[in-house]
Amino acid sequence: MKGYKTGLDGVSEMEEKTLLQLGNEQTATVKEIHGGYGVVRRLESLGIRPGKTITKISSHFWRGPVTVLVGKGKVAIGHGMAQKIVVEVK
Amino acid sequence: MIKKPEKKILLMGNPNVGKSAIFSRLTGARVTISNYPGTTVGFSQGYMKLDEDNMAVVIDVPGVYHLEPACRADEVTCEMLEEGDLVVNIVDATNLERNLFLTLELRERGRPMVVALNMWDETRHKGIEIDVEKLEKELGVPVVPTCGITGFGIKELVEQLRVAEKRDFAPLARDQKWEEIGKTVELSQTLHHHHHTFLERIEDLSTRPATGLPIAALVIYVSFMIVRSIGEGLIRYVLDPLFNDLWTPLMMKFSALLGGGGLIHDILIGRLVGGGIVYRESFGLLTTGLYVPIAAVLPYIVSFYLVLGILEDFGYLPRLATLVDNLMHRLGLHGYAIVPMILGLGCNVPGAMALRLMENRREKFIAATLMAVAVPCMAQIAMIVGLVGERGGRYVAMIFGILFAILIIKGLIMNRVLKGKSPEILWEIPPYRLPQPAAVIKKLWMRVSNFLREAVPYVLLGVFIVNILYMIGIFDLMSKVFSPVLSGLWGLPKDTISAMLIGFLRKDVAVGMLAPLGLSTKQLVIACTILAVYFPCMATFVVMLRELGAKDMAKSAGIMIFTALLVGTILNFALRF
Repeated sequence: MKGYKTGLDGVSEMEEKTLLQLGNEQTATVKEIHGGYGVVRRLESLGIRPGKTITKISSHFWRGPVTVLVGKGKVAIGHGMAQKIVVEVK
Repeated sequence: MIKKPEKKILLMGNPNVGKSAIFSRLTGARVTISNYPGTTVGFSQGYMKLDEDNMAVVIDVPGVYHLEPACRADEVTCEMLEEGDLVVNIVDATNLERNLFLTLELRERGRPMVVALNMWDETRHKGIEIDVEKLEKELGVPVVPTCGITGFGIKELVEQLRVAEKRDFAPLARDQKWEEIGKTVELSQTLHHHHHTFLERIEDLSTRPATGLPIAALVIYVSFMIVRSIGEGLIRYVLDPLFNDLWTPLMMKFSALLGGGGLIHDILIGRLVGGGIVYRESFGLLTTGLYVPIAAVLPYIVSFYLVLGILEDFGYLPRLATLVDNLMHRLGLHGYAIVPMILGLGCNVPGAMALRLMENRREKFIAATLMAVAVPCMAQIAMIVGLVGERGGRYVAMIFGILFAILIIKGLIMNRVLKGKSPEILWEIPPYRLPQPAAVIKKLWMRVSNFLREAVPYVLLGVFIVNILYMIGIFDLMSKVFSPVLSGLWGLPKDTISAMLIGFLRKDVAVGMLAPLGLSTKQLVIACTILAVYFPCMATFVVMLRELGAKDMAKSAGIMIFTALLVGTILNFALRF
């Protein structure tokens, strides 16, 4: 899932990774969600949809959940679901 | 004159936006309010005076994020919407964007609607500024800033409800809705930078595993110590003196009046032990029947619900759920399943009701079975502590250790054996909020009075039935029938069948019935463990049956009985003391 892309202006470099790979306290933009309609809807209703900026707060060992900051709210996302969320880091 | 209620008002909004607080403000009805998503799983209904001569029914609808049916609660919500006349859409002002999706869905349904911009007090210190007029203009429905906990804005909300009118909105597709929301939020909300408050710093510390797990251990330990010391303190300094110094002399006089024996005497006062009343052994309605719920159990109910209420209102439960999610997945559940488990520690009935928070049938089944088997209720715990504690604290710890081991082992097995996977969870972690003393006391009083109303009559009924069954010889008959299991497998005297039978009705009375049997410590440990494991009490059974359905309940009951047989036998042959 890792890869480098050149931005539209050809200057800024964007790095794509899954939410799991994102480091703690790193901020990124949601790019896409690899999931069925249900997963997309559920994430969306908690404010996580393509284009939104999120900050990872913590991840938990043993395939535990990932917690993120979206706007002013915090959300816990199960390990498997976090894997389906692709984010873009500037 | 007040007429029959004509209008039906629905309170709707995302989970944990404070619907129940507004509900309780509007109706004066008492409902449980906590700081975690999913506090309300059923519908609460209350009445309010809309104006001079009109009453309205107010319905507190469990929280939903959107209207399409995603789980059972949502479907019912959609049904409710068809019947409602007025909608109050409660919105968390600190999470405007996310909350407005439901608002846009609701306004398309053609019901007169008012938006309550709740948690208004929190926007200021979060650096959020909302222009209510602009928001109102963009949404096209009246918007009232409110704070359910303090009552701010409730009067205005009611005024708006009186004049609310139906307006028509063109239906928008999903993407169009998000676009519209983006625009609305852009126009009406300004975010300011704000410094992290003390509470926010603790929030982060208690979510990260490295600091969160030690904090969780500390919170659980401190909670346990507080529950224990308040419970013990109330018994030692208030209730025992009350019973021993005031009630006993009165009962002794009454006993003498009744002639010290006979049918009526034995039912009301019970058997005298060494010429006096022993509250744990006499088993009369006015002695043991009152002592068990009021002096033995009530103190722990008070202390447990006090501590739970503070943790709930603070917002700790969702964080604990995040921390244990990885472990819970091994048991076929997810982190949020600790909510029914923790509620079950107070009483298995609300625990079983909270099973609705579980996503699917498999998870519900596992959570229900684990709770019924391995989570004893506070009434039962209080009796175990009272009875087994006399033999040494380590035996009490042993019983809980055994139950915890059963919980883990059964979870691991069920996760392996049952088809399917534990669902991925996604939940909101609300901010920490300092509990309001008045709200905590109100909730505590609600739960305690509920215990007194619901439990005490059952305890009395239990004690009455014990006396009757003794008299007509049912216990003798049953003890003969079941003695192969009791004595052969579990090493218990056949008299313990009486406790096992009463356990179907009330677990606290059942544990209490072990007192006069003169059991050895090993037998006590085995009997208490089996009483916790073998079957839920009647009240819990009824709720579980409703939540699981007959087929799953039968399977679950099979597992419980099998576990009791197996664990009792293993303990009987393994324990050496």
